Amino acid sequence: MSTTAPPRTTYREACRQAIRAAILADPRVFLMGEDVGRYGGCYAVTKGLLEELGEARIRDTPLSESAFVGAGIGAAIAGMRPIVEVMTCNFSLLALDQIMNNAATIPHMSGGQFAVPLVIRMATGAGRQLAAQHSHSLEGWYAHIPGLRILAPATIEDARHMLAAALDDPNPVLIFEHIMLYNMEGELDPAVQGVDIAKARLRRPGHDVTLVTYGGSLFKTMAAAETLAAEGIEAEVIDLRVLRPLDTATIIESVGRTRRVVIVDEGWRAGSLAAEVAMRIMEEAFFELDAPIRRVCSREVPIPYAAHLEQAALPQPETIAAAARGLVRPSA
Amino acid sequence: MNDFRMPSLGADMEAGTLVEWKVAPGDRVRRGDIVAVVETQKGAIEIEIFEDGVVRELAVAPGSLVPVGALLARLEGQAEATDAAPAPAPAPAPTPPPAPAPPASMAPASLEPPARPRVTPAARRRAAELGLTLEGLHGTGVAGAICLADLPQARPLRAGGFEPLGMRRAIAAAMGRSKREIPHYYLGQSVDLSPTLDWLERLNAGRGPSQRLLPAVLMLRAAALAVAGSPELNGFWKEEGFRPGEGVHVGWAVALRGGGLVAPAIHHADRLPLDALMAAMRDLVTRARSGGLRGSELTDATITITSLGDRGAESVLPIIHPPQVAILGFGRVAERPWVVDGAVVPRRIVQITLAGDHRASDGHRGGLLLARIEALLQKPEAL
Repeated sequence: MSTTAPPRTTYREACRQAIRAAILADPRVFLMGEDVGRYGGCYAVTKGLLEELGEARIRDTPLSESAFVGAGIGAAIAGMRPIVEVMTCNFSLLALDQIMNNAATIPHMSGGQFAVPLVIRMATGAGRQLAAQHSHSLEGWYAHIPGLRILAPATIEDARHMLAAALDDPNPVLIFEHIMLYNMEGELDPAVQGVDIAKARLRRPGHDVTLVTYGGSLFKTMAAAETLAAEGIEAEVIDLRVLRPLDTATIIESVGRTRRVVIVDEGWRAGSLAAEVAMRIMEEAFFELDAPIRRVCSREVPIPYAAHLEQAALPQPETIAAAARGLVRPSA
Repeated sequence: MNDFRMPSLGADMEAGTLVEWKVAPGDRVRRGDIVAVVETQKGAIEIEIFEDGVVRELAVAPGSLVPVGALLARLEGQAEATDAAPAPAPAPAPTPPPAPAPPASMAPASLEPPARPRVTPAARRRAAELGLTLEGLHGTGVAGAICLADLPQARPLRAGGFEPLGMRRAIAAAMGRSKREIPHYYLGQSVDLSPTLDWLERLNAGRGPSQRLLPAVLMLRAAALAVAGSPELNGFWKEEGFRPGEGVHVGWAVALRGGGLVAPAIHHADRLPLDALMAAMRDLVTRARSGGLRGSELTDATITITSLGDRGAESVLPIIHPPQVAILGFGRVAERPWVVDGAVVPRRIVQITLAGDHRASDGHRGGLLLARIEALLQKPEAL
């Protein structure tokens, strides 16, 4: 490896380094959750951190999401900067009351007297044959709730740097890490020292069609854009990154260039985040559109266990490319 | 059945490209309605129809190059159209008079409402901006919708509106012909514009910027009034000789950005009061520069005025635009020593010039016209 090439790493390692750096940088920061200490995390994100940082900073909790998320809220109000790991978003439903009725509301209901500088990390998404109860994509649900900021790091850089920005936010922030991304390898530019948690980002420029996506669907969408480019269709890919509040301006700007939009969202189609993005476009860029808006979402079924059925239920590069093709070359 | 043919939009026009139909078969048209857009060397021109009737057939498709005089459409005249309409059902009891029958064009062959064409929002907006109708377009977008790519001109039709090379050729042909055929005589008159401009400045002081009048509009008004009293300078020289114009339609020369010029007509300029004339001039200049002139504006001018403006030369010896027989030139207003009541005083002077066609008029008549303009300009409050 030459000295100038950025070091290669994985998304998992980027998450680990983010937690480690945050704990080392600020005595108020600690991590707690199920199996985060001795087991090293259900997706091995926190492996080795207990040994290095000690039990005060890496805390295993009982199997009670409501209790430890509530404890995190209390710690945040009391001046700490907790990172709470909920194994997967599937289990976060057990803590939904704490997240929705306490974390999101207390700053408002207290008239600003209590901030809740809490960060909750959770894994999301399907693709590893974990069956219907463990394959949900609930980030779209959480993006419905005022008072929360919802992040979906889809790149190694965002996995490495979004956490610090989230801890700086005085309000609760939820970070959704897609389970299919943890093993993703790539380069991490050491020159980048931080990222914003406000803006969507253009991951690929193009002029024929805009593909709006986030999280685990980003790289499927990028693959679709490659396929389309080989056919002479230049797709612009927008990574939303921040699902709440949505960076509508970046989307609208892109629609003004391409006039055609496909929204890719692993959530179910009905009442999805994709529906919200589509509606924003209708509200703000209706007259720019030269084709109907299309969505590629998960099939409206509980995610199947069988691998071929599971893959068929999820957005895939082929279905994304087909949707875009149908807008740019409808007669072909 | 009457034929509607490609009109001549200038002495040197041989053909024009039909850009767009503004009507469809079955449409009722009235004299003066804009029925088509034709691209000529002078840009995209809206073509008016000269009679009332109902469009029966469009003979050429958009994009075709059509020679002057060739068939564009067939029109059913008023009487024929009425005959062709189904006779109203006889009223069983004639005592209460039946409601008037609908006009012929309101009785279409099919009673089914036409299917609403699918048009994407972007295409609909672009078409509206360009003044395009969507009738007859074939949609290639999703679900057969008309999308941006289906609009007749992907490039903005009237951005600039004029094709520089073609315009240069048109000017060369017209001016060459003028200098070959027309025996010009030239007259010039220096006019003290100070009282006029003093009056104008007082008037403008009480007005908002958009309501103010330009000095040019005073000169245009004075010239139009004067020309109305000089019929032998207002009209056309045809093979059979001079034919006076029916009304004073002043061709106002507009320099185009990027070169070239066009002198569309302000119809009945002598009948427009100052504010209306100012509005007409602004409108004409805007449309001349952006495209969107009408055929009648390019053919109807009975005399041309060229005004050089603030940054122009002090005087101009203009060239008559055939088949017209005269052209007036206004130079730049410049402060000069002037003798008033035996004393030399600074005054704002404009050189007004006239080129006349000696076949149609003599210098004496031209001199009277200039004197009349000067006299009118001395009493701006009466303009």
